[in-house]
Amino acid sequence: MEFFITFIQVLDSTIRLATPLLLACLAGLYSERAGIFDIGLEGKMLMAAFFSAAVAAVTGSVWLGLLAGIASSLVLSGLHGLASITFRGNQLISGVAINFLAAGMTVLVAQSWFEQGGRTPSLFGGGRFTPINFPFAESLSGVPIIGPIYSELLSGHSILVYVAFLMVPATWWILYRTRFGLRLRAVGENPAAVDTAGVSVVGLRYAAVAICGVLCGIAGAYLATALQAGFVKDMTAGRGFIALAALIFAKWRPWHAMGACLLFGLLQAIALRFQNIDLGGVVIPVQAMDALPYVLTVVILAGFVGKAVPPRAGGEPYVKER
Amino acid sequence: MTVPAIELKGISKAFGPVQANKDISISVAPGTIHGIIGENGAGKSTLMSILYGFYKADKGEIWINGNKTDIPDSQAAIAAGIGMVFQHFKLVENFTVLENIVLGAEDGGLLAPSLSKARKELKALEEEYELFVDPDKRIDEIGVGMQQRVEILKALYRKAEILILDEPTGVLTPSEADQLFRILDRLRAEGKTIIVITHKLREIMENTDTVSVMRRGQMTATVKTADTSPEELAELMVGRKVLLQVDKVPAQPGKPVLKIEKLSVFDSAGVERVKGIDLTVRAGEIVGIAGVAGNGQSELLEVLGGMRPGQGSIKLNGAPLALSGPGSDGQARRAQHIAHVPEDRQREGLVMDFHAWENVAFGYHRDPAYQSGIFMNNAALRADTERKIEKFDVRPPDAWLTAKSFSGGNQQKIVVAREIERNPDLLLVGQPTRGVDIGAIEFIHKQIVALRDQGKAILLVSVELEEIFSLSDRIAVMFDGHVMGERLPHETDEKELGLLMAGVAGEAA
Repeated sequence: MEFFITFIQVLDSTIRLATPLLLACLAGLYSERAGIFDIGLEGKMLMAAFFSAAVAAVTGSVWLGLLAGIASSLVLSGLHGLASITFRGNQLISGVAINFLAAGMTVLVAQSWFEQGGRTPSLFGGGRFTPINFPFAESLSGVPIIGPIYSELLSGHSILVYVAFLMVPATWWILYRTRFGLRLRAVGENPAAVDTAGVSVVGLRYAAVAICGVLCGIAGAYLATALQAGFVKDMTAGRGFIALAALIFAKWRPWHAMGACLLFGLLQAIALRFQNIDLGGVVIPVQAMDALPYVLTVVILAGFVGKAVPPRAGGEPYVKER
Repeated sequence: MTVPAIELKGISKAFGPVQANKDISISVAPGTIHGIIGENGAGKSTLMSILYGFYKADKGEIWINGNKTDIPDSQAAIAAGIGMVFQHFKLVENFTVLENIVLGAEDGGLLAPSLSKARKELKALEEEYELFVDPDKRIDEIGVGMQQRVEILKALYRKAEILILDEPTGVLTPSEADQLFRILDRLRAEGKTIIVITHKLREIMENTDTVSVMRRGQMTATVKTADTSPEELAELMVGRKVLLQVDKVPAQPGKPVLKIEKLSVFDSAGVERVKGIDLTVRAGEIVGIAGVAGNGQSELLEVLGGMRPGQGSIKLNGAPLALSGPGSDGQARRAQHIAHVPEDRQREGLVMDFHAWENVAFGYHRDPAYQSGIFMNNAALRADTERKIEKFDVRPPDAWLTAKSFSGGNQQKIVVAREIERNPDLLLVGQPTRGVDIGAIEFIHKQIVALRDQGKAILLVSVELEEIFSLSDRIAVMFDGHVMGERLPHETDEKELGLLMAGVAGEAA
């Protein structure tokens, strides 16, 4: 039974840790399905994490914080869109620039604003997202097996966790069941087909980049106001890149993206829970455990996933041609 | 007199200093097929792009069915009843046929109702025009002929009354092209107006009602097809008399240069593409390999050119060639005096972003004449390129232009110049005039025949039967990896070759 409880606790932590990955991964999915590569997920999340924490700290309202986070991420998305759609620049370079911009600017602004060494004040009360407890979670927790699953695993997360996981079926539905989804997928595969069909390539791509910005904003806000209580320097810790790896692993499909993000989340949860594993005298150091998710990222990106075919027009600015 | 379906009045369009279209006026009657013919770069595609809202004309008016119409974008063109089938199809490859047809013409936010409505309408269209496609197949699962039908259906689904086809037969086999024109006939019978852009004279003569000729951005003539001849059209296109038939004396074949015995070639998937063929090419003759694309001709050329391993025996002037491992690459082949004009000049013949003079070096970049110590002697290379450009009349004559800024014909001239000027014993030529205008075709054909007359052996692969007939001294037909038979051009005809190409066995020669 003790093992089972531990197991549930690790899974619970998996869900918490997978949430920002999942939001960022879906954000990347919209953008890349439309043909705009986005390695700036990391930067957008970081920017959103800072602004959500800062605004929540100043106003005491986490909802205002969330809005500020989304807005800041959208500004960066707009920048990426401007560079890569309107001015047909290189999407990778634009993404790298956004990551640098966010990494530097967040700490700088945080220091001059709060003077706490590049962090925001700790959030408390209305400044954080609080867990939502499902009905009867308390009373059912004693029921064997089902009880812990219901009260520990499913109940007791912040609203953003549920939003993230509901975004999976929603994204699937949008992508495969709506006109917008058809056009979005088409513009990432062959923008010329969309253009000659009389639909605006630029409009579609901006829409996709904007959705990406909103989701990255939520992901960043979740990091700073739900998973932790405030912003610290570089708090995204490469999650934007892990989300990209998950996206490739998932071959740009929403349900698979959820699976990939849960896998990465599980590794992070294991690393967090079992800081030192003692294998009969040999102790695996905590650093090795902490490195696990990143090692897996490298392994997966090194081609363990087999052939992942990205959207065909990905990374290429659209130039009208006959 | 009926109101014209399309009337263009004084259309002009310039790209920077280049006047792509100059004061073009044209009028097309409804229910007819109108051909627009001209060399590459004559401005045909620009004109049609203006009609489809891709470019905006600097001057001029467009009238559709007697109404002055503004076409600022493709949306407006579709609304005006214009459909366009581009040379390079605008299809999403991993979508189904149905999804491609619906894309951009959906009825609402949700897909399901649009798709089921399209499915029904598609069925009706298919029956009306005998345009059969499987709506649930993905584009990358169907052949180019089918894909083109999807493009036509896309236009019809959008209620197009005017259909523009840009170089529609460029990617089709002869039988697919025949099918296409049967479909167009049918559409004309239903009252649609069709504009076909092409540089193939035969298609114009056989299928159009009226024809306009463009040269250097201007419309030089519009005539009834019945009142003109291929020779007259060719002259109007090029601006001078053009020899449509290759002028050549009978071949004087000498000793065998290339002797292929029991050659088999497997592709990367392990499928046998060439199945134990025998073939001989002698000095001073051109052997043409006819066949529908994909029957092993490409693989044959690739083995000979050192791009792919093979099994069996190939002898050049009596000495065996390595077919795999060391000594079987393109470098070795060139050292053995085999020159190769590959089938796809843009992928295999040239690096499109490199200058003409750099492209002239490829394959021969180790030539001592191009070296200066450990460095390339670029000055010598450029001087050599300028000489070749002049001799082969490459236009514009500028060695510093990148390959992609030349027209198809001039790109091909660069490749042909590079290979022929090496004075090879054996010249391999794949599709030498694909996408090349007739002025350049005439020139390239002349060069090939001239090389033959110097006593060199030439192996020609072409899907154009006309080209096979006019160049070859001997014709071998390939089908499914076998040589179905060999014929002499004056003892056979297109019909017999067509049967051999379709795999109907004749007697082996």
